[in-house]
Amino acid sequence: MSETRYTDQHEWVRLEGDSATIGITKFAAEQLGDVVYVELPAKGKVVKAGAEVAVVESVKAASEVYAPVGGEITLANDVLATAPSTVNDDPEGEGWFFKLKLADAAEFNTLMDAAAYAEFTKGL
Amino acid sequence: MSLNNQGRPSSIPSLASAGAAGIPSTPATISGDRGLDHEEKLIFELGHGAVGVDLPDVNVGDDRLGGMRRKGGVGLPGISEPETVRHYVRLSRMNYAIDAGLYPLGSCTMKHNPRLNEKMARLPGFGDLHPLAPTSATQGALGLISELMTWLTRLTGMPAVAMSPKAGAHGELCGLLAIRAALEARGEGHRKRILVPESAHGTNPATAAFAGFTVDEVPATPDGHVDADALEARLGPDVAAIMLTNPNTCGLFEPRVKEMADAVHAAGGYFYCDGANFNAIAGKVRPGDLGIDAMHINLHKTFSTPHGGGGPGAGPVVLSERLAPFAPLPLLVHDDKGFRLVETREDAPAGAQPFGRMCAFHGQMGMFTRALSYMLSHGRDGVRQASEDAVLSANYVLASLKDVMSAPFGDGPCMHEALFDDSFLEGTGVTTLDYAKAMIDEGYHPMTMYFPLVVHGAMLIEPTESESKEALDRFIHVLRALALEAKAGKTARFEGAPHFAPRRRLDETLAARKPVLRWKPDPLKQAAE
Amino acid sequence: MRYHPLTAEDRRAMLAKIGAADIDALFRDVPKEALAPLSVFDLPDTQGEMEVDRALSKLAAQNIAAGSAPTFCGAGAYKHHVPAAVDHLIQRSEFLTSYTPYQPEIAQGTLQYLFEFQTQVALLTGMEVANASLYDGSTATAEAVLMAQRVTKRGKAILSGGLHPHYAETVETVASLFGEMTRTPVTPGSAEDIIALIDEDTACVVVQSPDVYGLIRDLRPIADAAHAKGALLIAVVTEIVSLGLLESPGAQGADIVAAEGQSIGNGLNFGGPYVGLFATREKFLRQMPGRLTGETVDAEGRRGFVLTLSTREQHIRREKATSNICTNSGLCTLAFTIHMTLLGEEGLSRLARLNHAKAVALAGRLAKLQGVELVTPAFFNEFTLRLSKPAAGVVDALATKGVLAGVPASRLGGAADLLIVAATETATDEDFVALEAGLKETLS
Repeated sequence: MSETRYTDQHEWVRLEGDSATIGITKFAAEQLGDVVYVELPAKGKVVKAGAEVAVVESVKAASEVYAPVGGEITLANDVLATAPSTVNDDPEGEGWFFKLKLADAAEFNTLMDAAAYAEFTKGL
Repeated sequence: MSLNNQGRPSSIPSLASAGAAGIPSTPATISGDRGLDHEEKLIFELGHGAVGVDLPDVNVGDDRLGGMRRKGGVGLPGISEPETVRHYVRLSRMNYAIDAGLYPLGSCTMKHNPRLNEKMARLPGFGDLHPLAPTSATQGALGLISELMTWLTRLTGMPAVAMSPKAGAHGELCGLLAIRAALEARGEGHRKRILVPESAHGTNPATAAFAGFTVDEVPATPDGHVDADALEARLGPDVAAIMLTNPNTCGLFEPRVKEMADAVHAAGGYFYCDGANFNAIAGKVRPGDLGIDAMHINLHKTFSTPHGGGGPGAGPVVLSERLAPFAPLPLLVHDDKGFRLVETREDAPAGAQPFGRMCAFHGQMGMFTRALSYMLSHGRDGVRQASEDAVLSANYVLASLKDVMSAPFGDGPCMHEALFDDSFLEGTGVTTLDYAKAMIDEGYHPMTMYFPLVVHGAMLIEPTESESKEALDRFIHVLRALALEAKAGKTARFEGAPHFAPRRRLDETLAARKPVLRWKPDPLKQAAE
Repeated sequence: MRYHPLTAEDRRAMLAKIGAADIDALFRDVPKEALAPLSVFDLPDTQGEMEVDRALSKLAAQNIAAGSAPTFCGAGAYKHHVPAAVDHLIQRSEFLTSYTPYQPEIAQGTLQYLFEFQTQVALLTGMEVANASLYDGSTATAEAVLMAQRVTKRGKAILSGGLHPHYAETVETVASLFGEMTRTPVTPGSAEDIIALIDEDTACVVVQSPDVYGLIRDLRPIADAAHAKGALLIAVVTEIVSLGLLESPGAQGADIVAAEGQSIGNGLNFGGPYVGLFATREKFLRQMPGRLTGETVDAEGRRGFVLTLSTREQHIRREKATSNICTNSGLCTLAFTIHMTLLGEEGLSRLARLNHAKAVALAGRLAKLQGVELVTPAFFNEFTLRLSKPAAGVVDALATKGVLAGVPASRLGGAADLLIVAATETATDEDFVALEAGLKETLS
């Protein structure tokens, strides 16, 4: 049973047990344009919530991606190395960036749900 | 993730076919060329086995090569002189150039490149002079550098100038390293923060980080100036310097610049000025009178040395009394024996504490000769006239376009460049990028786009003093017409522009996703051979 | 004034359109006391072409041009013959006066030759990828060290004693902020034991070959030793013609090559502008500084070229950029490309062999002179002599006789009795005779 939440930095987090899958939202991917490269964190790295953990590049911009929740990186999405376009095609599915083992469940609960995020992006 | 609103559209829009309304399709030719427009392959595809130079074929033994003789070939093609000349002439014809048309590029100062400058730089006494020839053999060159230093210091009202930086960004680094050295000399090396406006050119924060500082961004006010109150509030005992561009990147003179200079000095910091926009005030205002400590001067902007398709530049840095002792090696000294270069710390005069060396040898002599030729030709009155004409032309463009285009700070005068944003295109479906590409079809290089970042879809126009009124009027006429068409919903010109350039819009996404950065021989073809 | 098209009439009309009373009304934001009257500028007024030509020609005549006298100066800048076609082509308006190719549709000329240049540099250096040039060899070396620090996440750099001292100083100026820079002492004419100094904290080893004394180095064992400790080998080449005869740094295992391209297509110009070559392995691509040109297609499927991977650069990444570089060497890069095209495989090979042959012949003759000892056993077109008198004085004495005998090592912080001598394809037998005679006289 999984639940997805969102940050005001346009990341999404899907939680299953204590395994969190993280990526950037459809809104963010559209703003960014064609993704050409993604720099992902290494397995085993421990990150705090709010830390810069990845970089996503389009032709004309490079954006930092921040860890929405803290934990230990368990897996990075290797597909993005050869097919960065996956982020544009399916940003909230196949275009996930990395998975981590959630350190503090409370952090997840402070994030926006889908309705709140939709409301948030309307104002942008 | 941080949403970058600097990112301009980076996907190729679905393109209108060649038959889009109003754009005629042209019949194909047999050769693929069209009149004077020729397609051209890469040299590696042109052929092998010919040679473009005649040199004797001498055998050399291995005995003096330390066993390091090359085993295989390099893999270069061989073509004759006529083929080489034709190849590069054809390539040149695919380029726009200031000699051929106006470049309204804000921040770049694309003025005329006088040919006298080229002749002077090629005098054998300058062009064919070895940098490490004995000093007695180079007095004229050292004399030229000295004369240029006099011009730069007198135009800016500053006591000293470091000549060796090879480009503007290199000059910025030189200035910041001098500041770092000055701070360390007074035991204040802990000052690591530099205040940079969010409207700054990207080289400013990049250079600050490069020199080991942290960057603190200062916002702009709604009228396009640096928020002086915010800047002054951010000053503190850990601030090393402020980096300002004046006139700023919105094309406006900072009215509170002296106040900000005084504030940073009172806080124990320094004032670095990005001199990219010096063409607005040269010969009219001396940055030294505004309280700066260091400023790089882009000789390839203000002083007409050619842009050469991307370089070479030169970025000498004028320095205040407080920073002058830290100027990098080499130093130019003049005594009763003549001119000489001080190239080591040990040899430096008393009081000089150079922070090191920016590069090998002495600086971009080729650009010094060209810049001095420009300065001697203009004289102080000509330099002043150039600045006044540059400002006049930019204001003329602003006044002529602000009723149909949107100028966020257009209520008052601008300096040498006029800033527009994309509000006038709202609802038309045409972006700044589309508008710029349509200008290409009209025979113009686009203006600077999406910079500065403080307005949306920025269009920064700097005509310079080199344009006649007729040329300006034609330019204005075209921009007005394009703006009116966009607003009237007549978007055919913009869809998939440019249509008439040597290439249509290029797939930059593909180039970044699958980088191909060199030619490689075709393995199948090689196997067959 | 001949460069200003606007007439007094134009200016009046433009001011009227703007609605300004006079030009100073447009400078209203400038503090009144900062608006300087013309008299404040203690500088001459406008001059015509003839006067400027005369003044600068006078200054030029006070210098000894390399082509007007026997010239044996090297040490990082070399006198070569540049074919006449090169200078003609680079002065075409569309090359000379064009802007950086940010609008690729109208800059395919620039972008295509940069692609050719990147290929030429990769081939010459034996590396996988090269950028579209940096300012010069010394700043390219500094950028290489910074890149090695980023890639290895270590700070320490070991700089060979054979590295041109100006290059070493340039590296120290920017890279010492991020790690310890060590210069290993070297005996001119031999290689130091740099391998012994490489450890797990080393980001890179920087070795020049041929080195500043002219000695050809074997980079292979250094590359292996560096890699064994997780460090990178940066190979520096100041005389790019040497790669027409010597094994490439790439073939010897170098990770980054930083080189000076001045010898090809570009005159001596008293030290600048020159052209920095930078090449590395594909796996380090995204850590490379400087511009990169890449191949792509346009909307009609035709091949074209664009600047690419710009997100590394200052105008996008700003404070996170791989470097602060904004320009490349533009026209100097084009000159290199055209000259290299004219040379081609056979021309470059002949040029390199000719250079070496001249240097070997000259070294042989000079070594026979009283008071002269050849210090460099293996060299390309430059070698070092030990003289029985201080070399700086010898060079100055010969300069008064119109012979530029070489670069005294003391000028670069080296020993007083060493003279660095270069002989390229431009040196003639008459030049050799003049140098020999001069040395004989000065050293007796």
